[in-house]
This record gives sequence, structure tokens and C-alpha cells, in this order.
Amino acid sequence: MRVVVAMSGGVDSSVVAGLMAREGHEVIGVTLQLYDQGAASGRKGACCAGQDIRDAKRVADRLGIAHYVVDSEARFEKSVVAAFADSYAGGQTPVPCIACNQHLKFGDLLEMARELGADAMATGHYVRRAEGPEGAEMHVAVDPARDQSWFLFATTRAQLEFCRFPLGGYASKAEVRAVAAEMGLVVAEKADSQDICFVTSGSYAAIVEKYRPEALSAGEVVDEAGRVLGEHQGIARYTIGQAKRLPDRAANMVVKRIDPVANRIVVGPRGAAGMTLRLREVNWLTSPREMMAEVKLRARDTRHAARILPDGAGAVLELAEPALAAPGQAAVFYDGTRVLGGGFII
Amino acid sequence: MFAEDMVYLDANATEPLRPAARAAVLAGMEVLGNPSSVHGPGRAARKLLEEARETVAGALGATPAGVVFCSGATEADGLAVATLGKGRAVLVGATEHEAVRAAAPGALVVPVAADGRFDALMLEAMLSAAPPALVCLMAANNETGVRHDIAGAARICRAHGALLHVDAAQEAGRGLPRDWLRLGADSVAVSGHKMGGPMGAGALVLRAGLEIEAVLRGGGQESGRRGGTQALPAIAGMAAALADSAGYETARIGALRDEMERFCEGLGAVAAGKGAPRLANTLSLILPGVKAQSQLIMLDMAKIAVSAGAACSSGKVARSHVLDAMGFGEGAGQGIRVSLPWSVEADGVARFCAAYEAMARRALRGRAD
Repeated sequence: MRVVVAMSGGVDSSVVAGLMAREGHEVIGVTLQLYDQGAASGRKGACCAGQDIRDAKRVADRLGIAHYVVDSEARFEKSVVAAFADSYAGGQTPVPCIACNQHLKFGDLLEMARELGADAMATGHYVRRAEGPEGAEMHVAVDPARDQSWFLFATTRAQLEFCRFPLGGYASKAEVRAVAAEMGLVVAEKADSQDICFVTSGSYAAIVEKYRPEALSAGEVVDEAGRVLGEHQGIARYTIGQAKRLPDRAANMVVKRIDPVANRIVVGPRGAAGMTLRLREVNWLTSPREMMAEVKLRARDTRHAARILPDGAGAVLELAEPALAAPGQAAVFYDGTRVLGGGFII
Repeated sequence: MFAEDMVYLDANATEPLRPAARAAVLAGMEVLGNPSSVHGPGRAARKLLEEARETVAGALGATPAGVVFCSGATEADGLAVATLGKGRAVLVGATEHEAVRAAAPGALVVPVAADGRFDALMLEAMLSAAPPALVCLMAANNETGVRHDIAGAARICRAHGALLHVDAAQEAGRGLPRDWLRLGADSVAVSGHKMGGPMGAGALVLRAGLEIEAVLRGGGQESGRRGGTQALPAIAGMAAALADSAGYETARIGALRDEMERFCEGLGAVAAGKGAPRLANTLSLILPGVKAQSQLIMLDMAKIAVSAGAACSSGKVARSHVLDAMGFGEGAGQGIRVSLPWSVEADGVARFCAAYEAMARRALRGRAD
């Protein structure tokens, strides 16, 4: 079959391209250019190609497959980078990788794969896809350290039908690197990518500063009764549950609420987390219904037992035990290895 | 090397090597010496170099002394802007190639009309307001093939004491009268591989009496105007290609281009620059609503090699600044460039038409869903 492989220039997606080619498929490699490398490094008009794109091209050369670079700069800036700043300015804690998967990789790129007459799109994500009685199912990766299912909950069922994730079954990254070396790919020893690819200066505050400077303006830190305890240097520097960067009078307290309208951080004693969460933009990978499931509320989180009640396009989560949850982060529902869906915490 | 069954219609990126040029390159590689050496082999190399210089000068209406060999049109344009532009305001046409635009980042931009030709009234006005200037206008555009009125530009420049540099990379090997210097240009840039020579050679050709100083001095080669040992095989190949291109089949190639244009217009495509004089081999096709990038990929998969506006080194397809300047708006991201090589055959054109039709129908159907 004809398969479009989303190639980032990293070792994972390179191996996926190699595996697909080895299986005898007609492979078309596509790399999304998300930002101008020249502009990112301050060299104006440097004509863009970063090392990742050059690596992807060298891998494609090695594999003897076609490779194209797609200009996604405008889309990435609007749907991921500006949205990231907007989210902070709204008192939330965004997950840009989810937005990127949703709008670029499984949005525009998948659309383009269909346009090119592809039968499937393969990516280097660590997650498994299985055929079940209701159609394609998403399952966590075999290697729990690499599992990316939390970042992929927004993949729709139709998108999932079209996708392949060949790395989900690998026991470790070392195994994937070994395959890359065996295939003779230049990226076999390449370092893993960083957490948020567009934060190059080491601080996301610079991004917020550029798009939503008001989210970095000083305001009051208050307790739950409204008493002023001190000052903060911008709500974008805080997330729910955070204890750092609070004034001395709020020592031993954590952020309970972020109020973007009043530009206030509300603090309270540690513990006493909520039991009920509301979710927006819920994506179901099974038929929506009231259910008991386990939920993950952050990327690196243990699972919490919860009752899930569908509510229009959203849902209500009733946690069995209190847990910390930050608006803007995802709550993803699991049943054993299977991903049942998820939504964004309000 | 591309597959035998590929239809190559990207001559404005690079023309296929002409057999005469190939032979000249091979002969050039057999020559042992460095043209600057005093001994016999050096003299033999210098003889070949000077013969190439005379050929290029003759073909472009210049004196041999006015020919400065370099690595290509980008270097020639850069050399012209760096030297002739010194102490002058630089004006560049809105549709100029990056070779010129990037060499003059602070330049004033001369707008073009909807058909792609420079706005003469604006040029007049800008030169009246500007101190002594250097004006850069291309002979023919790489994306649309639109030819500027160089004689007209030269008259305006002369009246205002401005110098005129003409980037003739696209037009030089394409059979037309190559008399920009006689028309009043002060300097002309040409590129070997755009006329069927090998990559790696080009020339800045200066009108008699105009002198420049090298940017890279090196050993004083090219009469102190461009240091560095000359790429003799590539230069010999360029000269042979230029001589050979006198037999360029303008009428035959133009008829094939027109046939493609009619066919694609029938499918809803818009041909940019159609109202202006154009190179015979170039066709700029906008397919409204379909990204240039998708068109290129679908055509590549159908084994048709064409390109879009400004492909940068990453291969990313950016909006065309040329179509933007002509006022195509959204269409500037939806145009492809089809450029027929000197060796084009009717069969290739037919295969392009079939592939373009399949691509357009598929893309436009997707849009209607």
C-alpha cells in the first residue's frame, strides 16, 4: 500500500520509514517545517532548513524513498505557539504537543496524505493500534517509559483508522536505535528531542512575552479569603499546585486558582484537592457512555480511579480520591492498556 | 540522475546539458595547466579560457575585456550590486530573483504591473527622488518568463544618471537577441547551467569602459575583478552551450508551451504573465484553491518534474513573491512553474497534460466534497 510517513528527522520516525519500506510499501516521507530555523537562530533569511530536515532527507536518500517538506509555519504559529501563549494568559497550563498532534500531524498532514491517495499514515509515536470489535483501538506502548498515549488522546476514531504506529510494540528505545543502526541510518545515535520544541531559549516566558505580554505583568497573590499576601510577576509563571515563586507569607501554600481577569493568583494549603473535574473537547475512542475508568491528569502521572459522565461535548469526572488537576492539561481515560478517550481540564 | 521515465519540465532550474557543452567540459578537463601559469601547459589553459571569453563576449555583444568569469549568476549579481551599487541607491524590480534581492537587502523596490512588467512611471519617479542609483531588472523572469522592456529601462536610467544591471540568467541561452548591452545596460549576469552548460560557471559582463574592483581579490585573476582560479572546464562548457544555443528552437518550444497553456486553462488554471512578452519555454500556472506544494507532490508522483516559485534549500515551497508582486493574492501560494528544456519532446508535453488533468480533477474534487 501507499504509506505517508511523518518524518521529523529523529530516530523514531526514521525507523518507521525504514520499517514501512522494508515491508514493501510505497513510502512517501513528509517533514513538516514548523518554524524557520534561520529566524529561530536569529539569522534572517537563512532559508530555513534545519538539521532535522537535512537528516530526514538523508534518511530518505538512504531508504530510496520520496521525501517532501511541507510548509506548516503559519499553521504551527497560530494553532500551537500563539495558542500556547493564549492558554497561559487565560490562567491555564497548556500542552502544546497535543495541539501539534491534533492540528498538524493528525490534522493537516493526514489530510494531505489522503489527498495524495495514501492508504495509511505512519508516525513514530510510541502507542499501539489494534483492531477491535468497534474498529481501531488505541493502546499504550509496550515500553511504559516511552508511552505517548496521553499526548494522542485527541486523535479521532476516523484518524486512528488511517494511522499506523509501528514503534508501540518495541520494548525499549535502545531496540529502536539498534534497528536504525542496522538500517544504516545517520540518525541512529541522534539525541532525543526536547520537551517543547519551539522553546529554544530555555524559558517559555519569552514566548508568552511575545504573544501575550500582559500575562507577565505583576499582580496580587491572595489567599482563599481574598487577603493579599504579596505580589506575583505574571500569571503565566504559575500552574495549579505550584509552590515555587510564592511570596514569603504564602510559604507552605500552593496555587489553587489562577484568575486571569483580576490578574490574581489564589493560594491555599497543600492537600485538599478537588474530587470533581469538568472537561471540554472530549474525544471518545469508544462509544460515549457513563463508565468507570482510570484517568491520567498529567503527562507523568499515576492513574486515578474515576467515574466518567459524558456531558454534551464535554464530560464530568468524579474522582475516587482527590487529585491535583491544572486547567489546560489533559485528562485521559484508560481501561487497562486501552485508551478510551480524554478531554481538556476546565 | 533521475529515472528514465521521468518527464523533466524544470529547465528554469537547470537546463539539460547540451552535448556540445559536455564535449567542451571533457576537453577542458584534459587540459593540464592553470591559466595563470607561465609555462606551456599554463598557456594552453589560458588559450582555452580566452577562447571561451571571446565566445561569451561575441554572443552577448560585449568586448572580451568586459567578461568577468565567476561561479554563476548569483555571484555575478552579487558582484554587480557590491561594486556598481557602492555609493548609489539600489533599486530592484519586485520580481527579481533572490540572487539580486538578497544582495541588496535595503534596496527600494520597483513595483510591477499585473502582467509582471516593471512600472516605468514609478521607476521614473523613484529615480527622480533618488540620488545616483543602480537599478536591477531581470531580462526574463524565472517563474513567469515575463520579459522586462530593457531598452525602455535603459533610457530611463540614462536620463537620471543611473546604472542598469540586467540579470539575464533565464534569457541568455534561449535564442533571443542577446543585446542588452547594446540596448543600454551597464552590466549583465549570465549562468552556464541555465543555458545547457554545467553548473559552476557564470559571468558578469560589463559594458566597455565600466570598471569594477574584486570583492575577493585572491591572485588578481579576471584582471583584478574576481580572484580565484577559474573553473576552466565549466567555463568552456558554458561558452560551448552559449554558442550552441544560437540554434534554440523558439518557435517549436513556444508552440508546445502554448498547447499546454490552452489545455490547462481549460481545466481552470490561470496562466500568469500571459499578457506580456514571455520566454517561449515558461508557463506559470495557478490552480485556484490548490496549494502549490500538493500540486508538485502529485505531479512528482506521476513522474512529472516541475517546480514552484521559491523553492528554498529545505525543499519547502513558499509563497511566490513574483506572483504576489503581480497581485495574485492567495494565488501566489497556488502556482507552479512549468519550464520546457531545449530538448523537450511532444510526448513529454502530452504526458504532462494527462498528469496535470488527473491532478487537477483529483484536487478540485476533494475541494468540492
